[in-house]
Amino acid sequence: MIYREAGDFKTSYAADNQTFPIRGDRIAYYMVLAFAFLVMPFVINDYWANAIVLPFLIYAIAALGLNILIGYCGQLSLGSGAFMAVGAYATFKLTTAFPGLSIVFVVLLAGLVTAGVGVLFGLPSLRIKGFYLAVATLAAQFFLIWLFTQQPWFYNNSPTGMISMPTREFLGMPVTGPRASAVNMYLLCLVFVVALAWLARNLTRGTLGRRWMAIRDMDIAAEIIGVNPMMAKLSAFAVSSFFIGVAGALFFAVYLGAAEASEAFGIEKSFIILFMVIIGGLGSILGSFIGAFFLIVGPVLLKLLLVDQLGWSTDLAAHLEIMIIGALILLFLITEPHGITALWRTIKEKLRLWPFPH
Amino acid sequence: MPDTLLFAMEAAVNGLAAGVMYALVALGFVLIFKASGIFNFSQGVMALFAALTLVGLQTGQIPFSHLINAIFGTRLHHFGFTLPTVVAIIGTVAVMVAFAWLVERYIFRHLVNQEPIILFMATIGLAYFLEGLGDIMWGAEVKRMDVGIPQGMSETVDDLTFAWFGYGFFVDTLEIWAAVIAGLLVIGLVIFSQYTKQGRALRAVADDHQAALSVGISLRFIWVLVWSLAGIVALVAGIMWGAKSGVQFSLSLIALKALPVLILGGFTSIPGAIVGGLIIGVGEKLFDFFMQPIVGSATENWFAYMLALVFLLFRPQGLFGEKIIERV
Amino acid sequence: MRMTRMAAVVAATMVAAGPALADSLHFPMLNYRTGPFAPNGIAFADGYQDYLTLLNERDGGIGGVPIRFTECETAYNTERGVECYQSIRGDNPLIIQPLSTGITYQIIPRATQDGIPVHSMGYGRTSAVNGEVFNWVFNYPATYWDGASVIINHLLAENDGSLAGKKIALVYHNSAYGREPIPTLNRLSEELGFEFLALGVDSPGQEQRSQWLQIRRERPDYVLMWGWGVMNPTAIQEAANIRFPMNNFYGVWWSGSEQDVMPVGDGAHGYRSLAMHGTGTDYPIYADIQNYVIEPGLYAGTGDEVGTVLYSRGLYAAMLATEAARTAQEIHGTPNITAAMMRDGMASLEMTEERMAALGLPGFGPEFSVSCQNHGGSGAAMIQEWDANTGTWNLITDWIDSDREMIMEMVMEDSLAYAAENDIEPQCLERSGG
Repeated sequence: MIYREAGDFKTSYAADNQTFPIRGDRIAYYMVLAFAFLVMPFVINDYWANAIVLPFLIYAIAALGLNILIGYCGQLSLGSGAFMAVGAYATFKLTTAFPGLSIVFVVLLAGLVTAGVGVLFGLPSLRIKGFYLAVATLAAQFFLIWLFTQQPWFYNNSPTGMISMPTREFLGMPVTGPRASAVNMYLLCLVFVVALAWLARNLTRGTLGRRWMAIRDMDIAAEIIGVNPMMAKLSAFAVSSFFIGVAGALFFAVYLGAAEASEAFGIEKSFIILFMVIIGGLGSILGSFIGAFFLIVGPVLLKLLLVDQLGWSTDLAAHLEIMIIGALILLFLITEPHGITALWRTIKEKLRLWPFPH
Repeated sequence: MPDTLLFAMEAAVNGLAAGVMYALVALGFVLIFKASGIFNFSQGVMALFAALTLVGLQTGQIPFSHLINAIFGTRLHHFGFTLPTVVAIIGTVAVMVAFAWLVERYIFRHLVNQEPIILFMATIGLAYFLEGLGDIMWGAEVKRMDVGIPQGMSETVDDLTFAWFGYGFFVDTLEIWAAVIAGLLVIGLVIFSQYTKQGRALRAVADDHQAALSVGISLRFIWVLVWSLAGIVALVAGIMWGAKSGVQFSLSLIALKALPVLILGGFTSIPGAIVGGLIIGVGEKLFDFFMQPIVGSATENWFAYMLALVFLLFRPQGLFGEKIIERV
Repeated sequence: MRMTRMAAVVAATMVAAGPALADSLHFPMLNYRTGPFAPNGIAFADGYQDYLTLLNERDGGIGGVPIRFTECETAYNTERGVECYQSIRGDNPLIIQPLSTGITYQIIPRATQDGIPVHSMGYGRTSAVNGEVFNWVFNYPATYWDGASVIINHLLAENDGSLAGKKIALVYHNSAYGREPIPTLNRLSEELGFEFLALGVDSPGQEQRSQWLQIRRERPDYVLMWGWGVMNPTAIQEAANIRFPMNNFYGVWWSGSEQDVMPVGDGAHGYRSLAMHGTGTDYPIYADIQNYVIEPGLYAGTGDEVGTVLYSRGLYAAMLATEAARTAQEIHGTPNITAAMMRDGMASLEMTEERMAALGLPGFGPEFSVSCQNHGGSGAAMIQEWDANTGTWNLITDWIDSDREMIMEMVMEDSLAYAAENDIEPQCLERSGG
């Protein structure tokens, strides 16, 4: 009744091609945005901002980036953790070398640096595919982390190899370091998330996105119809790495404050981002958000339920948590192999026809 | 002979031994991939789980005692008896076969004909589940793996090389045993797949599962079989690696050492897993030996992957992999 | 938006679930009973919790105020650590013991901002010894740099005062923690004229053959180890394999527990490590632990760990924390202390032999007193040796002092650099008014 396209007439191509062709979606989208910008900053408490919402937003950016690579261009990568590390270390080097540079520029530059590194490690994709490529990207993962822990230049010769983020201000308010308030950090990340999600959505439905999808669906056929596979694959690596680099920069600068490559950006990071993409749904912007939500907020909710509500010992709860996450991944794959968004899509299809399905 | 050469040879010999240890893990991957096209990420956790089960049975631990104690307030730990190693190994094999059956029955039966990446994801989910299960079942403390395999410097090799070169090479007895056992394992697998009915069925499925189905081979049985075999290989790997550094969570991370071996050797080739393991083992030890003064230590983690990557650029299907033919 | 609705629901339940308990002292525990380092984390957590339980059961808490302890699982993962910190900080914690060098680095600026004292006992940021820069951070009784210096001083004593011409290798965990002793050892090698060789092992550390082959070739006189988790038993096993004399193999205090030597069996006999406290159940306090904690079944975990090295370390950490709370109660004349008062207690903590004997732990830890200029305690440690036949750690030396003069010099350098980076004016903090 409420959610349907009947009566929602399009009178121009522009209207027909808009991101949310259905009015219900459009309204929901603007309401979420309004809520996130206008209501959340006033109601959010420190624990929720720092422990849950910040990592959710940052991982959502990383998942968006990886989704572009895997979901849209079909190139399997397990190097996301290392690309996040590139973003983080680039931020650290840039902000300590040029303390006056605005943090927003630093983060964007860090993203660009990561894009460059991503293209470099994307080169093997021109020759190898599938799981072979996945394992090849692991070379990036291990090599880059080794570089960051072993070469003192990257951590400014600090005796322990830890990098720490000094306080930086944006528009006169501290957004990194201990003095930054939760709301400032939240807003900074939110702006990045919205801007990058908008960028991703529009890139993927433009020429570039169509090229990527052609490569994903059948690379040889795509080449025959005139898609340059080198440009398509490398641009996917570049854009994807840019997103992941920005996520890494925010992760280090805003969320963690101090980091060490092998510990904060290890192989588990690569896997968890991959899980987000697959659980959320390959080739879906919304899916990246849902996947990040599921894997970041899910464990915290489980912990709150098992430890704080049921009073179980933390180790038992932690072990059960791993089991439950594993079981849920299996359950999702068995019931809906194409991720939660596919489930959501089915629901939407039903909604459009409800209550008269015939 | 100059010392450097001798030292390099010693490093290479140790690399061979390490390569065997990697190959042991890689074998399990190859078996499952060959028969079902599943890239089984949970192989490492299976090794941990098998090793935990073996030690648990040996020492007579009560499974889930921690959970039971938490719920009922009891203080259970051990049954109060220990099992001989052979019995414990048989028990563990039984557990791994039961595990294979459960995996087929409740997971992969529902995922037939899905894309490889979905199947890969499912094994990651399985890895998580199994990791939590292993901890809850047997506890997270370090356990000592003792199945009577000797360990320590091999006197024979030391004496022999000393007589030849005037410098005794160091080789770990455990790794010599690992090589022998790996050899036996491969011979056993080859005999099984060449000369038994089930083995032939296995190869038929690996070749073309549609055709195999049409001549009456039960795909489900084959999947249970191959997961059981992978479970047994995981047990062997778990015993060897567990004897090296104790049975604990980190054991599951050995899967990461097997991945470059796989791409080097090809996902579908058992000899490839062995040869790939040896190349990686020797390569990383020699690289460390020559480059350590220049680039610093701890290069082993990435060197294997870099080697595999460079290799792939020239031969995208791995050393022994089947030629990739693409059609539009 | 789904998330926010969920958030609201959970936030509501959280408020309902966590009522502010009046009149109790909150000691949060950041433990890790899962993950790659669980075997080490479990023993420490059990010891810490058992001591707090003992105080509650026997004395009704500290100064008549019951202790409330909460547990948060970090899995030795910095992200989880941050989440734990955020969930604890609103709950009036008296002290944070992060139990991980990585988490400590993250918490230092936040806790300083929030006014919650941090105690990183024998880990964390070494330069926090300088209390003028790190007002809220304490790392008594000893630091990694002390540890390195203590081992070298012990070796000096064994070699009649000279290490010139000797070769000493360090096998270290390739992380912030493992790299800590390198500057100290570099400096000592220049001063004392020994050759120093640093060999990194990547986490987790099951693969160390190359490093040990190198040790076999280079034949160092002594090998030191800064290892953690599975790296420790693997290293000891490899050392036994190449027949490196175990008496010349020294680990830091995090590489010297039962979990590290047991998997190796007889080969580990004679392995030595630093000890910042006594170990075993031969202390009078264990009679009380038996009566008040173990008999009634109030022990943490499975109760298997009682008396082990890391259990003793947990016990020691809890003892230092509760003693600081007691000191704070005396200073401020009130049993209900706040985090700021707790900091005052820590800043003027004095551990004497009489006090430890009164607690049932005679000779358990070093005697030390904390001052604004020195948050790092005495820096002294003992050496213990593993006896594989009896399965016990035996102390083989008395307290050995570290080269504090040199270490303070390095501490000043590093802490002042930190102060400059973060615009901190080094000064002592006044006692809180309340």
